[in-house]
Amino acid sequence: MYVAVKGGEAAIDNAHRLLAEARRGDPAVPELSVAQIREQMALLVDRVMTEGSLYDPDLAALALKQARGDVVEAVFLVRAYRTTLSRFGASVPVDTGQMAVARRVSATFKDLPGGQVLGPTFDYTHRLIDFALAAESEIEPAAEADPRADAAICPRVTDLLAQDGLIEASPPDAGAPVGDLTREPVDYPADRALRLQALARGDEGFVLGLAYSTQRGFGRTHPFVGEIRVGDVAVEFVPEELGFAVPLGRVRLTECQMVNQFKGSGTAPPQFTRGYGLSFGQSERKAMAMALVDRALRAEELGEPVVSPAQDQEFVLAHCDSLQATGFVEHLKLPHYVDFQAELELVRRLRAEFERKSESVEMQEAAE
Amino acid sequence: MTPNPAEPEPGTAARQAVMALCADASRQELQAVLARLDVPPAEDLRAPETGLVMATGRIGGDGRPFHVGEVSVTRAAIRLADGATGFAYHLGRDRTKARLAAILDALWQEPARRTGVEAALAEAAARAEAERRQAARRTAATRVEFLTVARGED
Repeated sequence: MYVAVKGGEAAIDNAHRLLAEARRGDPAVPELSVAQIREQMALLVDRVMTEGSLYDPDLAALALKQARGDVVEAVFLVRAYRTTLSRFGASVPVDTGQMAVARRVSATFKDLPGGQVLGPTFDYTHRLIDFALAAESEIEPAAEADPRADAAICPRVTDLLAQDGLIEASPPDAGAPVGDLTREPVDYPADRALRLQALARGDEGFVLGLAYSTQRGFGRTHPFVGEIRVGDVAVEFVPEELGFAVPLGRVRLTECQMVNQFKGSGTAPPQFTRGYGLSFGQSERKAMAMALVDRALRAEELGEPVVSPAQDQEFVLAHCDSLQATGFVEHLKLPHYVDFQAELELVRRLRAEFERKSESVEMQEAAE
Repeated sequence: MTPNPAEPEPGTAARQAVMALCADASRQELQAVLARLDVPPAEDLRAPETGLVMATGRIGGDGRPFHVGEVSVTRAAIRLADGATGFAYHLGRDRTKARLAAILDALWQEPARRTGVEAALAEAAARAEAERRQAARRTAATRVEFLTVARGED
């Protein structure tokens, strides 16, 4: 029998009013503006854009304000918003080789054409709490220098290695349609393009944990950071009514080229293989983790045994989305009164049977 | 019309450059630009609308395309009283700004107005260029100069 449960409307309304007040916090403390979040919590905004799978810094900042800083809740709000919009189409593929680089480092080549530039980074900071930040303070203006002659041209590190055939080439663009997991459910096995889409919007913590597992031996891939670059890239779109590429503006992206060992096979000579990561904003940890997991998921293609979680594409793709994960985990707190009542009845009946059996065994033993 | 970005019509590159300028400019800058020009009344061919474009990247940076995630985009299409049509597609959700850019696109396409539009946009273009140059200078100051340190006894 299905029993509908009603009630709680007033409690829900009042809970939401209470939420609004809790969100605001102490009214004696000035309220945060969306622009303040966008400018001063920029990496958090980048994470919400990446996992919300929608590049819009103001919207991500607003979602964070509404979500009281809860990343997964903010991702939920951004994803819900995008469902209200129609899609004009797909962009021309962005050319990260033309990026206006704000940061670029390589762990494999010291002397890169274009140079290594650190940009705004936490690397090499001492990770000591800076109590001076607790007070509003003047900051020293950033240093400036004349860019060197080669600064405008930054070839990808992987292009340098590719010249000698020491590293595999990127999979060629045969013009085949590109799968989109927001339009059709994922069919396994999923191709690399679809896997990268899932990883790009996947939860940073989950993808990071999987990436770490490959380093600790669960699907080892012997990685080196060939290159990480962060910077602004032009996005273009070809509207049907115009028939040429219209520049939409620039987005900040982070790209990671991971270079991995490969001992070769019967048909392929030994060469370096690659993993690739690309994410919105400045999000190096995410791009690196994505590249490591991308490479791990290529195990089957490269003739490696598939034995670890990070190599199992159904395990990775089906569980990396924070919104899907939170939906299923958090639904457990919603009323399950009827389900539970049924379970309770069952357990009572089983216990009664158990007791009846024990009693009859005791009686038998006593009789013998 | 089949989109063919590989072979644009002559003059398309110049139109794209003006569109890029408008995309980089702020709404206030575009308002100031239009205030400097003699603009005939404009009607909407299509009401300004915010939607999505799926941003695609390439595997390895230069390989097969894949979907990175969407970007919010606002588009506008207008017709001036003298018949010229203009279009704009911009990142973000600013309908007013997209409509202003569509008007500028229509004005620019008339050869007689072209120089005037470009002159009016020059200030915003210089501001964007100066910002890019300063960002490049700040980045350049963080370039690593490696020193080779001689080790051991000679």
